[in-house]
Amino acid sequence: MKKLLEGIRSVEVTVYVTGPVTTQLLADCGAEAIQIETGSRRMGAAGFRRTEERKNATGKLSVSLNFTTPKGLELARRLISKADIFVENLAGGTLGRRGLGYEDIRKIKPDIIYLATCMQGQTGPHSKHAASGHKLSALTGYNHITGWPDREPGWVGTYTDFVAPRYNIIAILAALEYRRQTGKGMFLDMSQYESGIQFMAPAILDYTVNKRVAGRMGNQCSYAAPHNAYRCQGEDRWCTISVFTDEEWHNFCKVIGNPALAGDSRFATLLTRKENEEELDKLVNEWTGSRTAEDVMSKMQAGGVAAGVVENVRDQVENDPQLKARQFFWEIESPEAKKYINSPPPYYRLALRTRQGPLLGENNDYVFKDILGMSDEEIAELVKEGAIA
Amino acid sequence: MANEPRGMLSPYRALDLTDEKGLLCGKILGDLGADVIKIERPGGDPARNIGPFYHDEPDPEKSLLWFSLNTSKRGITLNIETADGREIFKKLVKTADFVIESFPPGYLDKLGLGYSALDKIKPGIILISITSFGQTGPYRDYKISDIVAWALSGEMSGWGEPDRPPVRISNHSQSYLNAAADGAIGALVALYQRRDTGEGQQIDVSIQEALSIMDGGNRNPAWSRNPGMVRKRGAAEMPNAGHRTTRIYPCKDGYVSWSHGGTSPLAPSLPLIKWMQAEGMSTEFIDGFDWSRPDFGGIPQEEMDQIEGPTTKFFMTKTKAELLEGAVKYNVMLYPVATTADMFQDIQLKARGFWVEVEHPELNTRITYPGAFGLCSEAPPRISRRAPLIGEHNQEIYEGELGISKERLTVLKQAGVI
Repeated sequence: MKKLLEGIRSVEVTVYVTGPVTTQLLADCGAEAIQIETGSRRMGAAGFRRTEERKNATGKLSVSLNFTTPKGLELARRLISKADIFVENLAGGTLGRRGLGYEDIRKIKPDIIYLATCMQGQTGPHSKHAASGHKLSALTGYNHITGWPDREPGWVGTYTDFVAPRYNIIAILAALEYRRQTGKGMFLDMSQYESGIQFMAPAILDYTVNKRVAGRMGNQCSYAAPHNAYRCQGEDRWCTISVFTDEEWHNFCKVIGNPALAGDSRFATLLTRKENEEELDKLVNEWTGSRTAEDVMSKMQAGGVAAGVVENVRDQVENDPQLKARQFFWEIESPEAKKYINSPPPYYRLALRTRQGPLLGENNDYVFKDILGMSDEEIAELVKEGAIA
Repeated sequence: MANEPRGMLSPYRALDLTDEKGLLCGKILGDLGADVIKIERPGGDPARNIGPFYHDEPDPEKSLLWFSLNTSKRGITLNIETADGREIFKKLVKTADFVIESFPPGYLDKLGLGYSALDKIKPGIILISITSFGQTGPYRDYKISDIVAWALSGEMSGWGEPDRPPVRISNHSQSYLNAAADGAIGALVALYQRRDTGEGQQIDVSIQEALSIMDGGNRNPAWSRNPGMVRKRGAAEMPNAGHRTTRIYPCKDGYVSWSHGGTSPLAPSLPLIKWMQAEGMSTEFIDGFDWSRPDFGGIPQEEMDQIEGPTTKFFMTKTKAELLEGAVKYNVMLYPVATTADMFQDIQLKARGFWVEVEHPELNTRITYPGAFGLCSEAPPRISRRAPLIGEHNQEIYEGELGISKERLTVLKQAGVI
């Protein structure tokens, strides 16, 4: 069967999360995705990446080049000129200084789709600033709106690291479509800050229109109650429950075996439930506290109330029957005897089962001979000179 | 729209049947130039009742959530549960490349409008289905809400404080945005394949799975390495850590996201120390500390306190804006915990022309929106129009395009079809 993106070749110089996740989709859908890696830490790439966890590299090819030598850079240029798509996520301007910027590449490959993704974009006073997804999620407003109103801002991990690649992928796929229509490539200057803000849009408009600054609400939702994570039996076990409508409220009361509560004047309407939410939460916790989170979820769902176990990694990987039934997790082959699991990209109904990511330079021979048409002697010479590292 | 600048997806049309769960998908395709027609039930989509509202006036025509997720769409009302409604919908399907929906699994099939039926009407149609748990599996008919999605995605268990319940991101439903963006990705991959095969497909997006991707690349291989290691809220990040690292510090007018990491690539401490030294706010302990020690993650709490204490003092002398400016100047990997107000003042976003003004003539105003998700050198994404009013384009589409007469439209209106 023909793969989804068969015939497409991407080349990347990427590190950490946002860049590799972006091209992972292409690889998963059958494109030939080639990582240019460097043996040195100068490009930030290889030094800390253990072969055992070459995540976001499954199904990709790897070539190893030395970017500190002119010949290494020349090889990179030649390889990029054989690509449909080039992706890089170094700090703004880094590759331009090495002669691998969009304007350089476009001279030798006019229809290249060149995507550069960094914290704050390739232009502007903060373009060269490097940071990480943890910090950018703060700049993009997510920490400020996570957690409890009476406590400091909460932790959201590297949230924007997972928002930005989605927009990167969309930009690449749209650009491929545009190239098909017009024959033109393009430069995609993707600021993770700007793509991260897309998911803040309703709160942004609340500010630009109403001058209201969105804050932290714990687990509250202004038009639902109960709406929280409730303590269940066992250590640190929780189940979320949300009740929006009166019908759901009646269902909820039936599930907890107390249909009379539905008409209790403290909770009979959404307005009274919101007014007495603390008392209501206490009551819900009393019911959930003596039951397992799984039991709470299945009883609530059977009764027509949205509920879900607060799953930890064990629940996700080993227990969740839905993820199992949909074969959400893949076991990936590894150079070691051990098997590693990974979760597929979101579009995984389309994607392909893939193998463990490549070792550093694993595909040097294929890439230099078959794609660039080099001879064994040339390659040996460049290895000797240190351009192929 | 002959004079409109061309977008990357200008040749394509999408019919958008989604509610809150899928609205962003059509916005993305629309901002990229596709002709997106939002199809609402007569009276308007329930998502119009979700706040915040323009000037805090609750009104289906004033939902800011609706505004922000429906740009670059036209809007019609249509009840596809009526026979006439279905016939009209089928006529529109003949003109479309994408249908986007977020009904419970099986709903469209019951109406005779499932994927295979649509593919017969318009061979090659791409159906994007954004649902709670996907089209298959034991939870397929389970109900979802944003907090439930976060819980079942595995991410929420690590968020919050040890003495309180796990917590989600407040305000609007983030989970649906992740899933709807995945829908747009699926749509474009399917479009690419259709060009080669002529065949469409159904894209099956599960909101639970869309969120489970988040950090799964870190979490799941980590589980393979250390089975049994379950992350705890508020605990140290790494197993065998000698200390708990502060990740959010207070500053003069708010908070800043920073953590010390010695010379680690993602949290190098030295640039910040240089800045503290330059302002005379370092200490003897810090000046003498060996930042390159490989066991930095294992240093005892007592030593970490001697690093974090002066750091807190230093941050307390700075505002968020000063910290951002200094971070850029000294190459420190920190960012302030920004509010929406801070972002709106940000000089970088201004310099890149990020914010855009969108006309809302019926409110007699212009509203500032977040701009495009990226700067593209060709056919850039842009907001081509504000979100549609209820049934705003009924006449344009029903009469102008489908040629349904005024008389018939009056009948259909009275019958609750449009």
